[in-house]
Amino acid sequence: MTPYAAIVAARFKVLLQYRAAALAGFATQLFWGAIKVMVFVAFFESSSAAQPMTLSQVLVYIWLGQALLALLPWNVDPEIAGHVRSGAVAYELLRPLDLYGFWFARTLAFRAAPTLLRMVPMLLFAYLGLPLIGLGEWALPLPVSGAAAALFCLSLLATLLQSTAITMVLHIALMWTISGEGFNRMMPGIVPLFAGLVVPLPLFPQWLQPLLFWQPFKGLADVPFRIYSGHIAADQALAEIALQAGWCLGIVAFGIWLLGRAGRRVVVQGG
Amino acid sequence: MAEGVGGLGLYGRLVSQSVRAQLQYRWSFVLMSFGNLVTSGVEVLGIWALFDRFGSLGRWQLAEVAFLYGLVNAAFAVAEGLARGFDIFGKEFVRTGEFDRVLLRPRSTVLQLAGHEFQLQRVGRFLQGAVVLAWAIWVLPIDWQLWKWGLLLFAFVGAVVFFYGLFIAQAALSFWTVESLEIMNTLTYGGTETAQYPLPIYRPWFRRFFTYAVPLGCVSYFPAVAIFGIDDPLGTGIAFQVLAPTAGFVFFAAALGFWRLGIRHYTSTGS
Repeated sequence: MTPYAAIVAARFKVLLQYRAAALAGFATQLFWGAIKVMVFVAFFESSSAAQPMTLSQVLVYIWLGQALLALLPWNVDPEIAGHVRSGAVAYELLRPLDLYGFWFARTLAFRAAPTLLRMVPMLLFAYLGLPLIGLGEWALPLPVSGAAAALFCLSLLATLLQSTAITMVLHIALMWTISGEGFNRMMPGIVPLFAGLVVPLPLFPQWLQPLLFWQPFKGLADVPFRIYSGHIAADQALAEIALQAGWCLGIVAFGIWLLGRAGRRVVVQGG
Repeated sequence: MAEGVGGLGLYGRLVSQSVRAQLQYRWSFVLMSFGNLVTSGVEVLGIWALFDRFGSLGRWQLAEVAFLYGLVNAAFAVAEGLARGFDIFGKEFVRTGEFDRVLLRPRSTVLQLAGHEFQLQRVGRFLQGAVVLAWAIWVLPIDWQLWKWGLLLFAFVGAVVFFYGLFIAQAALSFWTVESLEIMNTLTYGGTETAQYPLPIYRPWFRRFFTYAVPLGCVSYFPAVAIFGIDDPLGTGIAFQVLAPTAGFVFFAAALGFWRLGIRHYTSTGS
């Protein structure tokens, strides 16, 4: 296990260097969050009917979504993509490590480090900064209970693994150059929609709910966010987290199978 | 002598070169355009889901929001496709020192960057914006007189020019910061997100920012109100609404001025 842990630690150190980018990202996400809040406040004001979610639960969804945006599997590690394109993947195949495990460790750091860097200021601002500048009604509420907070952390861990597993599929897809890239191009559209970041999933029409329940992307945002706000009750939360873990195992198995197929047909250019 | 291609002629040649180059990889072009369509198209699904859930957004109906959405997205796609040279300016011209070569050529810098690349794949976003706009025009009970078509065209061109100005301002900033700043995304991508909803739903300080500082509302919301033929909840008169798109051109001119100022501050990064 040690080489994999070392890879995670080394990548973390590299990725934590980009502080200016994190600051710019913070400002961008703040702005984006503000637009979303204003839009949802206006929608909630225009209907007196009972909705499947309260405004406060939507606020949780919006601010956690902004804080954890970098966690979503909608892009690839440019270095791994570069290795595949340049043929350096041949060196990777020579290492005395399992390629899936090696890339998984790298990808885990690639997902977690930028997220950590962006999450902390964003959460601080959403909890404390907003009330301080007089926008208290937009602030991020605290978790509904201690149990919800603990289950949220557990669910978020599953989200990290699930997101890493999906990013791995994207990395492996790159080995089928053109169609792989086309596939990856769809991700920035598909992932936020099915994770619930465009519109919180419970607000979609009733007839779509079964479809939205049985898809792997909801574990990327919808599940942890609703556990946090109590929209998923504490006694149902464990079942939802188990479902996340199930998807995670399934996607890892798929990734290993796909890598096996890709490895057989990969052609390394040059000498 | 190779004397005598005018500015516009040269621009035409650069664009046709770029288009021909992109059509060399037909399959890739199709996939990229489709990816562009899907990525930007999920927003429409989000808007539809919210109206399905809440019925209306205050006094605004789905078709009115669709009109704003289509207008802004189609215009943004055109600007994004045309202004690619400015969009990547910080990363690929300033940081690399490539801009020195641009300065050495006996043509205006703006012309060279404008002709750097014509991104054909943005046709995906343009098409979906245009389809949404066409649907809104079809559904809305508007009394279409000739001047309204003229105003729609004026607003559309104003919006394209406005977004182009944003890309130039973003590029000019990188004379100081060297890197392109993600923070400008709040105004480009965040701007399209903002402008797809009617201005009155936002807070007054936010509205003022997008009317006077960055006049996005002047090329979308205000002319749209005149075209709908309704009383503006913000209380503006018809003359203001009809003339408002002029602000897009003024903004573009200001961005060009900022660009010239930036060039005087340019110091090469060397090689």
